[in-house]
Amino acid sequence: MDFNDTPDEAAFREEVRGWLDANVPSREELAGLDEIQAAKLWQKRKYDAGWACIRWPEEYGGRGASPIEQVIWNQEEAKFNAPGGVFAIGQGMAAPTLMAWAKEEHKRKHLPPLASGEHIWCQLFSEPAGGSDLAALRTRAEKDGDEWVINGQKIWTSGAHYSDYGIIVLRTDPNVPKHKGLSYFFLDMKSPGIEVRPIKQISGGANFNEVYFTDVRVPDDQRLGAVGQGWQVALTTLMNERMAIGGGGGGVGFRQVLDLAKKVEIDGEPAIRDKNVRSKLATWYAQEAGLKYTGYRSMTALSKGETPGPENSIGKLVAASKTQDMASFAMDLLELSGAVSDPAYAEAHGLFQATFMGSPGGRIAGGSDEIMLNILSERVLGLPQDVRVDKGVPFNEVPTGRKARHTP
Amino acid sequence: MYLCVYNRNTKAALEGIAVNFEFSDEQNLLREQAQGFLQENCPLSAVRAILDSDAAYDEALWRKMAELGWMATVIPEQHGGLGLSYLELCVIAEELGRAVAPLPFSSSVYLATEALLAAGSEAQREKWLPKLATGAAIGTFALAEGAGQPSAAKLTTVAAGDSLTGTKLPVADGDVADFAVVVAKAASGDGASLYLAELDGVDRQAIATLDPTRSHARIAFESTPAEPLGNPGEGWAHTQRLFASAAVLFAWEQVGGANAALEMAKEYALGRYAFGRPIASYQAIKHKLAHAYVKNTLARANCYYGAWALAAAAPELPLAAATARVSATQAYYYASKENIQTHGGMGFTWEFDCQFHYRRAKLLSVNIGSEATWQDKLVAAVEADAA
Repeated sequence: MDFNDTPDEAAFREEVRGWLDANVPSREELAGLDEIQAAKLWQKRKYDAGWACIRWPEEYGGRGASPIEQVIWNQEEAKFNAPGGVFAIGQGMAAPTLMAWAKEEHKRKHLPPLASGEHIWCQLFSEPAGGSDLAALRTRAEKDGDEWVINGQKIWTSGAHYSDYGIIVLRTDPNVPKHKGLSYFFLDMKSPGIEVRPIKQISGGANFNEVYFTDVRVPDDQRLGAVGQGWQVALTTLMNERMAIGGGGGGVGFRQVLDLAKKVEIDGEPAIRDKNVRSKLATWYAQEAGLKYTGYRSMTALSKGETPGPENSIGKLVAASKTQDMASFAMDLLELSGAVSDPAYAEAHGLFQATFMGSPGGRIAGGSDEIMLNILSERVLGLPQDVRVDKGVPFNEVPTGRKARHTP
Repeated sequence: MYLCVYNRNTKAALEGIAVNFEFSDEQNLLREQAQGFLQENCPLSAVRAILDSDAAYDEALWRKMAELGWMATVIPEQHGGLGLSYLELCVIAEELGRAVAPLPFSSSVYLATEALLAAGSEAQREKWLPKLATGAAIGTFALAEGAGQPSAAKLTTVAAGDSLTGTKLPVADGDVADFAVVVAKAASGDGASLYLAELDGVDRQAIATLDPTRSHARIAFESTPAEPLGNPGEGWAHTQRLFASAAVLFAWEQVGGANAALEMAKEYALGRYAFGRPIASYQAIKHKLAHAYVKNTLARANCYYGAWALAAAAPELPLAAATARVSATQAYYYASKENIQTHGGMGFTWEFDCQFHYRRAKLLSVNIGSEATWQDKLVAAVEADAA
């Protein structure tokens, strides 16, 4: 065990550092640009120099790098707080799906603009009636000549309002069991009949959208996989999603709660001296450290050219609850001031309050806690699936309950 | 539902280091050998034999293990040891924990041997290390004097010249050990001094604990001949350093036990049917076991870091040890209690093996300081780190 790069890794890291030092845009350069403009500027610069999506094959805009080189790149780029984020779904989920399932001409046409940041993609999977039970989705596609006609509604679509393209799973046959009647497409988000409406969240933000489809036409040529094979294609996307939505994700961390505990008092003493406070802090520290060192183990596997084990799948599950609990506890330490979210008066400019209101989303997005526990118990521990009462039943005969309420 | 959170794989990725965070091929080979040896020589029926008898430990197993040289792992070659690293000892510790081995290994190897290595004079090492290495001698460490968190100020065991007087209770393996490293009160320094006392002829009695597969004793020293181990007035600092090293090794035992308890629960849940299907197909059971997997995985990752810090004698050891200890204690407690719960009524019977982990988990969670004590140490180490 040690904490050193191999000679090849060290040389690669050196090269990456040199390029980043010379090329990451300065604050002045980004002044006046919005989030998307800034992200596009940086992505294009990386692309032009051969540093975009480095694990992708060169013919699709990448550099054919190894997994550990990708990790090293990520580590070094992260030090600069460079703009990014809006490309995560397109590059992290749509692109791997295209690579696995699309025709060569589509790959050559669509992957380079994803790598260069010219195009932003979104993911149209969830529906009001199909969240954790994703395969219960109802948005219909009906064949009409060389095209499919889409009617229905998607929900929780991040970035739909600024996306150029979307990947979508649709019900093409309601007469067969639910997993067998789905097909997978990609489509132009500017197609006639698409209406995007933002959803206001309890945190006050509006990152998600509802997307309504009224007689939207998509060419059959843009189908990925066979008709009825959509579920299998969707699994490719979902496996990549779990890599893209990692542990943590900003908000309150151990350090912020530690600093607060040093600052506020309990019984006239700094809160950090209180045994109950120390007990909670220690447990959160141990969880954070455990996630960090689990990451080290995955990096070791990558460095040896091996596939990391399933242990990385615990990240989101652990981090989301921990973040919520830490934010809540920090507000307790603040007593009544804990309720103040006004950035002018709130501790840490309202970080704890914003995290408290945002953290419920982290426990639901990208697979709820309950779904993650199912995945761990079934795929890692090898326990059997629950009994499924809809198994083998044609989709249009599956009993349905109250339709999930959505924004009026 | 898709949050646009792109975290670049893991937090490790933010730190800008590469790591080799895995045991070597040789160390993994040792693990395989240890697993094979313990499956053959220390099945749960052997643990049960100790539970159901008056024997303090499995002497036959101890002798066979000595032939493999496990007690000699980190003892330098000039003292009859193998001179291997603590990484090898961590591998052995995890397997001993998995097997719930009924042996005085931890007292003799993690504590007595370590005390001699850290503080012993050349003569003391010369005398004891070769015997500890072959298992011919068993050592232990005597700190507790009854209820509550020990402190230098509360010690009542005192030394006068070359003798000790006072009562230690409980002392792990105190009934079978050949000598004890004793923490006694000191008038100067940090308030404590270490003494080495041979136990032959000393008034000691075995006492029942909740884990009968690990023996404990009450030892009453009365003008018992003893020699100082290390400088007087440095006993408390030695004890803290000793416990930091031992915490890593015990944490590996705890993680080994926690994974064995999870495995036991899983096997039972797969075979037990209720309402026409395996109970392992119910989310109430699946999610319980998935939570155990999460806790065990985090704890084991922290143990890796602890192993590295111990083997490298890194300044990070106090924090790494406390982190491993806290998460391993939590993981083993959870896995051992939910293993019984998964077994239902049968898990509560003497006949079933669930009790071994429940007993051992609790013993290991209090033996070198409680969970709260180690949580306090963890935060203290973070504060020291930030200072």
